[in-house]
Parts: sequence; structure tokens; C-alpha cells
Amino acid sequence: METAIKTHGLTVSYGVHLALWNVSTQIPAGQISGIIGPNGAGKSTLLKAILGMVPTLSGEIEVTGATEQEGKQDQCLASEIGYVPQRNCVDWDFPITVLDLVLMGTYGRLKWFQRPGEKERADARAALIEVQMQEFADRQIGQLSGGQQQRVFLARAFVQQPSIYLLDEPFSGVDATTEKIIMDILYGLRDKGKTVSLVHHDLTTVNSYFDHIILLNKQLVASGPTQSTYTSENIQATYGVNDMQIGDVSKDVIDV
Amino acid sequence: MFELLGDYTVQIVVFSSAVTGATSGALGCFAYLRRQSLVGDVISHSSLLGIVGFFWLWFAFTGNGNKSLWLLIPGAMTASIVAMILTQWITKTTKIKADASLGVMLAIFFGSGLTLLRWIQRSSNPIPGQAGLENYLFGMAAATTLPDLWMIGILSVVSLTCLVICWSRLKLLTFDPGYAAGLGLSIKLWELLLISLLVIGIVIGLQIAGVVLMVALLIAPASAARQWTNSLGKMIFLAALIGAVCAASGAFLSAVKKGMPTGPVIVVFLVLGVLVSVLFAPGRGVLSRRRSLVT
Repeated sequence: METAIKTHGLTVSYGVHLALWNVSTQIPAGQISGIIGPNGAGKSTLLKAILGMVPTLSGEIEVTGATEQEGKQDQCLASEIGYVPQRNCVDWDFPITVLDLVLMGTYGRLKWFQRPGEKERADARAALIEVQMQEFADRQIGQLSGGQQQRVFLARAFVQQPSIYLLDEPFSGVDATTEKIIMDILYGLRDKGKTVSLVHHDLTTVNSYFDHIILLNKQLVASGPTQSTYTSENIQATYGVNDMQIGDVSKDVIDV
Repeated sequence: MFELLGDYTVQIVVFSSAVTGATSGALGCFAYLRRQSLVGDVISHSSLLGIVGFFWLWFAFTGNGNKSLWLLIPGAMTASIVAMILTQWITKTTKIKADASLGVMLAIFFGSGLTLLRWIQRSSNPIPGQAGLENYLFGMAAATTLPDLWMIGILSVVSLTCLVICWSRLKLLTFDPGYAAGLGLSIKLWELLLISLLVIGIVIGLQIAGVVLMVALLIAPASAARQWTNSLGKMIFLAALIGAVCAASGAFLSAVKKGMPTGPVIVVFLVLGVLVSVLFAPGRGVLSRRRSLVT
């Protein structure tokens, strides 16, 4: 198995509050992997640490995925990764249009004084077509539904043309139709050989969505191919043994 | 009253107020969108200590009083930057939350500024030129001189040029700093630029609007402009226009009517602008939203 991202002994804390403890794991290249665990388990923190957005106390992060692509060698590693943050992390009343937001994905390859030009605009429109949002290009971003906002965020990651996609809870507050649209897009990315990893909390869909899972609760509980790793023992170890409800759900899921 | 517009001094006063209003209005849009109104208020209040402090230091070294903006603006900048650094330090090293430490800093710097001001003005051996120092509390546009206008002009040109050149990055940083960090941007550096622009947007107005009310000239034009447009570029342009018109008319009125502090007059105009915008703007205005609920 080829790995796209490898962490070794990763420890992160916010002040005295420990978010991740000694996490050594890997995200496989060319697969869809799920990062799964209870609230406050450090799932988002793991993504942010990989992106260099939070300082790490100790440990190493190695991003190896597809760095050999032509014309990309001189870029910093961050541009290899398309990041789709949680929807609620921005102010949707901000005075910009959908196209403006998607264009931000091109800023990584522009110099600090440059503005996006015709080529960037064309890229952004193409990305909007991929997520079926082209007719919303000139709307103010606040006029979108939750699912549409999520697709626009995804389009912004597309224009970066990264080889790795990291998504933070892309399905929270999103209806079933949009979830399916997004998932189809992600399958399409995998078919093109891209690496996709997402923070996920709906245990009922884990088996059908992911090739590989990382079970996390501040420490790494287990990681590996979904089939062999998504067992009720591992889920109970992740979510705490006393949580019968989740134990029951997981049993149902495993039986299917 | 309007024949006074031909007067050279009045021209300087009105023109420098317009420039200040435009610059503060434009730069204030970022403070507004980043929800940093309180930060702006702390910057402007704490600058009083710098203004009075630098005035006193100048006297201590030269024996003269000097109320030129070329001395007082660097003083204001120094004090407000120190206040910002201390705020960050307190938030980082103690358990005091950001808004509380901002409040504490405002109290400390503004309080000691006021104390120093009173001490200078009440001392038995008055410093020459100390009269009028208290005008920095509520602004006195009429005292603006040509060198002051130059200072305001240079800072405005520098900050607005910065805004235009770094436009894309500033937009991204303001909208989604998390994503910007993910793209590999150096957040600390850009934050520093944004806060410096904020400081400039405030200190240029201290002569005209005063430390107590300056934050209005920063935030009110942005709040009014936001109601009329959904484009950041247009919003900044409109905020600059509103700021310029309100500041210039306020300064003119207070220059004509003796003894009327400029800051409050400008604020009255700004409040009218915000009120009209919040009520009547199409789409976002209270009235148009009510109408769209009814139909």
C-alpha cells in the first residue's frame, strides 16, 4: 500500500488541553479514508496538524503523495493538499460571490500581489461545473443552502488541483441528496488516482463509504482497511465501552 | 456660512477631514468584517497615552510644546501597538479571555493617558502649547495645519496602496484565515499587516474625530455600506465615500461654529447614514425585508 500522508508520534495540545496523543498512522494514497471518533477526539486537529495550521508538540508529518507531478516540484507541500474546512468556520454573510470564493483556491499559485485573471476564472467556472453549481456563480454566498455551500467549498479545493483532499465533516448539516452528490464526486476523484480523506461521524455509512479507516480518540485506536478494522471491539474502544447505543448500531452495521 | 469654503484654513480642514474619512472608512471595512470593532476602540483609546506621552517627552527634551501630527501620530501608534502586544500577551499567558484583556488594556492606557493629560494641564509651570491638548479627546478639526494634512495624506496613500496591491490576500485572510493557512500563507505576517492598517486607519483621525469617538469613523461607514452591496470592492468604495462626506461636513460645521468639537458632529452625520442604510437599503434593509416577508 502506498501512503500519501504519514504521521509519527504526533502530539498536539491547545494550552493544557491535550488534543492528540502520540498518533502514528497513515493515509493511503489513491483511496478514500475516513477519520472516525467521538466529539473532541482530535479528528479536525489531525487534519489541521497535517496542514500546519496548529503547532505540534512533538512528532513528524510526512506528505509523500504524488509530489512528482510535472510543474509542481517547486511548490510548497501545502498546495499538494486541498483542504475543505467545516462549513461553519466562515461568515456566510461575507460580501463575496460564489465565484470569488472558488477563486480563492487559485491564490496558492498566485504571487502575493497578483490577482486572479482570465485563466483562474475559467478554472473556477470549470470547478463549479464539476459540483453542479455553475448557475450560482454570481450569487452572494449567503444565499446558498448548506449543501450548496459545501459543494462550493469542494469546488474551491478542486481549483487548487491537489493530489490529496482533506475534508472536515463535509456531511454535517447536509441533506441526503447532497451527501450522495458529494460522495459521487469523491468516488470520481479516487478513480482519477487522488487521495481523499474525510472526518466523518455517521457510523451507519462507514462500511459503504470508506476503503480505509482511522479510529481516533485522542490516541489512535486502530487504523487499516475498513473490512478488517471496523469491528465492534474497535468501535467500542473508540467510543467508550459503556455506550450501549453506539455498540448496538455498530453491531447492526457489521452484520450487514 | 458657505463663503467660508473659500477660506484657506477651512479648505485644509475640510480636505484633510475628507481624506481621513475616506481612508478610515475603507480600512474600517476589514475591521468590521473581522469583527474587530472592540479592537479598534482599544487602539484609539489607548493612543491618548501616546499622544500626551510624546508631547511631554518632546517638552522634556527640547523645552518646547509641539502639537504637530508628525510627533503625535507616531506617539499614538506606539501606544496602541504596545497595548495590542500586551493584550495578546495577557490572552496567551493568563486565563483572562480576549475581550476582557482588551477591556483592561483600554482602561489602563486611556486612564493613564487622561491622568497624564490632567497633570500636564494643571501643573503650576504650564508647558507652552499644552492648551488644546484636551482636544484629542473629542477632536478639533479646526486645528489642522498644512503639515498635518501632509502626514494624513502620506499615511492614507501608503495604506490604501497596500490595500490595493495586497487585495486578494487581504480578502482571503479576512474571509477564511483557516483556509489561508492551509494554502501555506504566513498568517502571522498578514495579521500584522491587517492590524497595522487598522492602526493607521485610526491614528490619522485622532486630530479630527478624537480618541473617544474615532472608532465610529472606522466602523459606521462600513456598517452603512454593507447594507447596499454584496461585493467587497463596492462596499469599500462606498464606505470610503460615506466616511469622506460625513467627516468633511462634520469638520466644516464644527470649524464654522466655534467651540463645537468635531468628533460628535461627525458621529451625528455617521449615525444618520447608518440609520438610513439599515432602514432603507434594498434587500438587507429592515423595511425591504419586512416587505418581502409580507408579500
